[in-house]
Amino acid sequence: MLLDSLHVDVDDFKGRTGWSVQPQGLCQGDVCLPLPADAVADGRLDVQTVAERAGMPLVHDEAHALWALGPAAGSGRRVLTTAQAPDVELPDLRTGKLFRLSSLRGQKVLLLAWASW
Amino acid sequence: MWQELREELHPKGFEVVTVALDTGGVEAAKPFVDQANANHPSLLDEAHVVDELFGVVNVPNGVWIDEGQMIVRPAEPAFPGRNPVMESFEKLDVSTLPPDIADIMVEVKKIRTDPAAYKAALLDWVEQGAESRYALSPDEVVARSQARTDAEATAAAHFELGQHLHRTGEHAAAISHWREAHRLQPENWTYKRQAWNFEDPVRQGHTDAYDGSWIEDVRKIGPENYYPAVDL
Repeated sequence: MLLDSLHVDVDDFKGRTGWSVQPQGLCQGDVCLPLPADAVADGRLDVQTVAERAGMPLVHDEAHALWALGPAAGSGRRVLTTAQAPDVELPDLRTGKLFRLSSLRGQKVLLLAWASW
Repeated sequence: MWQELREELHPKGFEVVTVALDTGGVEAAKPFVDQANANHPSLLDEAHVVDELFGVVNVPNGVWIDEGQMIVRPAEPAFPGRNPVMESFEKLDVSTLPPDIADIMVEVKKIRTDPAAYKAALLDWVEQGAESRYALSPDEVVARSQARTDAEATAAAHFELGQHLHRTGEHAAAISHWREAHRLQPENWTYKRQAWNFEDPVRQGHTDAYDGSWIEDVRKIGPENYYPAVDL
């Protein structure tokens, strides 16, 4: 997740990473990590604390005053922590309108990644 | 490429969603979608979010998602019954090509795919659903998804910084982040090909910007390993 500040809106954080702030901590699927009380203030999450707790690498580009928070990682970890499909919302090239993967609930879906390059 | 199969299977409650992993944006990806005259969702993922969330390290890759939005097969090489691109290469006489392109085509012809087996498995799943032997258990789906150690996660962060800098006109600054992503996750062809393509489109040959190139890196692993054999 790209950041220009180390305090990020909890909804933006959930939309991009799938991790949401719950009473029991920071949760994704069945996994919840406890968070210190001061990790969330005014609807914004302290990224450094979260990065440390969740094992997310935080890369800083000082010259451009930017950070990128990588996905949660660790030895033996896989990209998927659950078989529940992440819900992605991306623009449809035909219409320019945003399309949400979960709108296809009830159908079988082949998600096919390709590229022009 | 997926249109025909989509038409065949759509009445059975099946949909294809293509996602273009393209930092080049609408300009790069839309002409292909227009040409295909696609009648299924045809999405653009400029920031390579799908790579990160689903563990895509090369294209084309397919993910099967059931009616309850559960993944039943994680990202793996996917071809629609026939592979028209590879078929067109089969007929190609490399001796008629410029030498550098001919060298690339010699390696491309050694790449192994099994489109017929993949299509048969997909048809079986569309018919049988959870009963299909190709539909994997949640534990197996997780276990088969890509590894995510610190190196791979840090590569994802560098790749994202690079893609943002490129999109905001700081291409030179992007290169150093993309180099770092390549170093940390050398088996990620998506990161490498996306970056090489900006320096040398089509050939993705050696330039001062990067240590590798398509042909050098393919020869290193062997073209037959470019797409890992799909364990159906």
